[in-house]
Order: sequence, then C-alpha cells, then structure tokens
Amino acid sequence: MILKKIFAYSFIYLVLLFLYLPVFVLIAFSFTNSANLGIWNGFSFDLYTALFKDSEIMIAVGNTLIIAVISAVVATVLGTLGAIGTFYSKKRTRGVIEGLTQIPVVNAEIVMALSLTVMFVFLGSYVFRSSLFSFWTLLIGHVCLAVPFVYLNVKPKLMQMDPSLYEAALDLGATPRRALTRIVVPQILPGIASGFLLSITLSLDDFIITAFTRGPGLLNGEGQIETLSTLVQAKIKKGPIPPELRALTTIIFIIVLMIVLIRSLKINFKKKESKHLKKRKAFSQATNERAYYRNTSSNSISINLSKEEKKND
Amino acid sequence: MRIRISRKNLAVPYFIFLVLFILIPILIIIYYAFTNAEGYFSWDALVAFFSSYTKLNVLLVSILIGLFNTFLCLLIGYPLAYLLSNKKFNKNYILVMLFVMPMWINFVLRTGALRDLLNWIGINTGSYPLTSTMIGMVSNYLPFTILPLYSTMLKLDQSQIEAASDLGCNPLQVFTKSIIPQTIPGIVSAAMMVFMPTMSSYVISDTLSEGKITLFGNSIYLSFTNSDWNGGSFMALIMLIIVFISMIFSHKFDKKEDVQRGSNI
Repeated sequence: MILKKIFAYSFIYLVLLFLYLPVFVLIAFSFTNSANLGIWNGFSFDLYTALFKDSEIMIAVGNTLIIAVISAVVATVLGTLGAIGTFYSKKRTRGVIEGLTQIPVVNAEIVMALSLTVMFVFLGSYVFRSSLFSFWTLLIGHVCLAVPFVYLNVKPKLMQMDPSLYEAALDLGATPRRALTRIVVPQILPGIASGFLLSITLSLDDFIITAFTRGPGLLNGEGQIETLSTLVQAKIKKGPIPPELRALTTIIFIIVLMIVLIRSLKINFKKKESKHLKKRKAFSQATNERAYYRNTSSNSISINLSKEEKKND
Repeated sequence: MRIRISRKNLAVPYFIFLVLFILIPILIIIYYAFTNAEGYFSWDALVAFFSSYTKLNVLLVSILIGLFNTFLCLLIGYPLAYLLSNKKFNKNYILVMLFVMPMWINFVLRTGALRDLLNWIGINTGSYPLTSTMIGMVSNYLPFTILPLYSTMLKLDQSQIEAASDLGCNPLQVFTKSIIPQTIPGIVSAAMMVFMPTMSSYVISDTLSEGKITLFGNSIYLSFTNSDWNGGSFMALIMLIIVFISMIFSHKFDKKEDVQRGSNI
C-alpha cells in the first residue's frame, strides 16, 4: 500500500512538474537581467523595472484587461437574460436557442474567427463601403466566444430553482420585474458569477479570434489593437521571449496562485459551514415537530396555524 | 412610464446576437466556399482543395496528430484523474486546482516558454519539430482531459467495483469490465475537447515546430493573411463538417451530458 502511494504521488507530481516547468524556468530567470534563458547574471530586479517602463507591453496588458472586462460584462448580461428568457419559453423556442448555443461551444475557434471575419469583410465591402475592423468587431468576437458559456453556467441554476418561489412572490403582490430581480436573480447568482469569470478567462487567453477580428483602436490609437496574446506571438515568432516578459509571467503567476488559494480556502470553508448548517436545520426541524405534536395533543391546532401564518408574513 | 417585458422576451437579444454573429457568419462561409473571387457560383475552391496534394496532406497530418494527441492525453490524464478522484490518495481539492491553474496563464506565453526551455536543454525545436509539437500539445490540452475525467470518476459506483472483485474479477478485469464502462462519457467528452482543438490549433504548431508542421488551423490562418476568403471558407467548411461528424459520434455515447468545456473551473 505504501509503495502504491509513493508511486501514485510521484506520478501526480511528475505530471505537475511537466506542466509547470516552462513557467518556473521563466520565473527563475526573471530575477536576472540576462538577454537569454539559461544565463545567470546575478540576482536583480532590473527586468521588473524594465517591464513597467516598456510602453508596448503595458499597452498590450491594458488592452487585454479592458477587452476582457467589457466583453465579460456584455456576455454575462446577454447570456443571463438569454438563459432566463429561454427557461420560461415554449419547448420549441427553447430547442432552437439551445441548438444555436451549442454551435459556438463545439465549433473550432478558428472557424468561428474566420466566419466572423468573412462576414465583416463582406459587410465592409458591399454594404458599408469601408473597413469595419475596429474595437467593436473585436468585442463582438470575444462576446461570441464567451456568451454560450454564460448561458450554460446559468441554465443549471435555473433548473435547480424552486419554481413555486416566483409564483409565491407574484401572489404576495410583487410585480414580475421585482419578482425576477428579488427572487430569481439571487438564486442564480452563483451561475452568473462563474459565467462571468469564465468569460474573463476565455477573453484573456484568446489569440485566434483577436488576431482575426481586431482593428485599430483602444490604447493603440491609430494602430492595430495589440493584446498580450498577439504581442507575445509576434515577439516569439522573431526570437526568444523578450526578457521583460519573464517578469510579467512571474506577476501573472502570483496573481493566479492567489486567486486559486483564496478559492480553495473558500470551498473548504463552505464545506464546513454547510455541515454546520445541516446540523442546525435538523435540530430546528426536530424542535418544530415536537412543538407541533405538543400543540395538537392539547387541541390548539388553530393557535399553531395562526403562528405559522405570522411567520410566513 | 413602465414598459412591460414578458419573461420570455428577455431571450430576444440573446437570440438575435446568436443569429447575427453565429448563424449568419456560418451561412456566409458556405456562400463563400462555393463562389469565386468575382462572386459567381463556382466549384473552384473545392477543386483547388481536393486537387492540391499539400492541402490533403495537411488534412491527413492534422487528423493523425489530433488522434495521437488525444491518445497521449488520455494515457496520462486517465490514471491521473483516477488518482485525484480516489479518496485513498487525494483528499485535497487544491491538487486538482493545480492541474487547472496553467490554463489561466496566457497560453501563447506558456508555448513560448516551452520552446525556449526545449531549446535551452538541447531539444532544438527546429530539428525535432514533431517531438516538440507533441510535448506542447500534451502540456496544453492535458488539463482539458483531466477535468471531465475527474468529474465522471467522482461519480464512480464503488459498490459495483467491489462487487466485481468479490465475484472473482482480477484487477485487470475490474478495470475493463467496471471502471472503463462507467467512465465512457468522461472519456468521450475529454477526447472531444482535445481532438478538435488540436487539429485546428495554430499557435502551438507554428511556434514549436518553427513552421515545419502545418496543421489545418495553420492553413486556415494562412488563407486569412493572404485574404483568400474563398479558399479559407472552404477549409473552414471542411472543419465544420468534421466538427459535425464528431458531434454525432459523441452524442451516441452520452445523451445526457451537456458539453461543458471548462465549466468546472
């Protein structure tokens, strides 16, 4: 058994090493100012100061973040409304929308990128008579990439929801809009949040759609919009990774690591909390039942009922 | 003034967006695939594709590399997901997160880092294009295989496995007769997440083989840089057909499970 365990752990950590080694090497060599990987010129933070002075990289990082946030917000609003609307539609409409949603999920990214680009070229040359490529086409591309995933994250939460709660809110005098914002949205909030986060990650990591649909704009002004992906791709096509980008890798790695640690701590915390809650629920249920039986035995059901009604108000 | 919006109509903007930017572009691709540069109907792109030895070769190589990468990712990812989901070995969710974490570091940056590392330790990417491309593919797509496999393995029916061994199966038989059949949906969705993206990938093959291995994604990209919209559209159409075939293939195996790429993140 111990041998088995050692074997299992060495396998797990070997694969982890394989996945992380390139990043770790970059991080290690971000603390020396050599031009190439593998040459150690003594410890220094030179690359970090150089990174923040490098306007090209800073512009790309800024663009990447702006696009990620805007496209994630748009995709989240669109996808959430779409999921809620579809959930309450007729079966046939639902089937059509679900089918359309599946297309971008299974489709190859490059096909999606090319199809959008061809459409923009078509519209630009036959309808608008000028190039459409700009921040807006890029935004549409990123929203296309993310929106089905928002939909797919919100949908299961809607299905788990107790449908009678919405009806109850209407019965108690809430307008449909109020019932939606006060009853439905809070229940599907976890799905909306994970959809939003997923949209951000998809946008941050995207290369193909950005390369196809971008045009001039954002922080690049008149020039083509460069995001981190397109900038790094252009650089590594010519030669090794520029030294400043090693420093950037370290910073990205630390941020991601923090997010992962905080999330897993939260999950552990939630697990403990839910155990605790379950215990309390079971306890209160038992006491309620006991009270109910005591009341019925003394022929005071009516008092008990009126109390219940007050509680519900 | 209050505008009354029915709940159903909330889906209207979403529907319009999907039609405008998902459905119509695909129809335009089909239109472009069967017209020539002047806009008239023609079989030019089709003839050009199927008569070009290099393009057919690219398609074949892409399918082979896609299959090979799927095989490698499953070979490493399957036992790994099993160990991670098994309470005897791993009680910690952080370890699973560690396998997902590389996905959050920009993948172009990771690919560049891998190439520089390979060059540094002596595996020259220009001299060993296939080896370095495969290393890059596996390291990029392995997390995508681990996630679906891990989530199906969490649901493994332990009592069935125990029953199998109680009824006289040896460990190998337990594996082939109980564990594998139970995890087929995970295997299929993992394969789907690797095969197609590998075939159509651009950055990994371009960077790690120094342009020596051309995959389907690279040729589509090339037609984009050359503004060859008709040829590019035809190749995209072929890619769409492959997507469609693999969709039907995967639906045969799992009718219940939705495709949930990365929804576990």
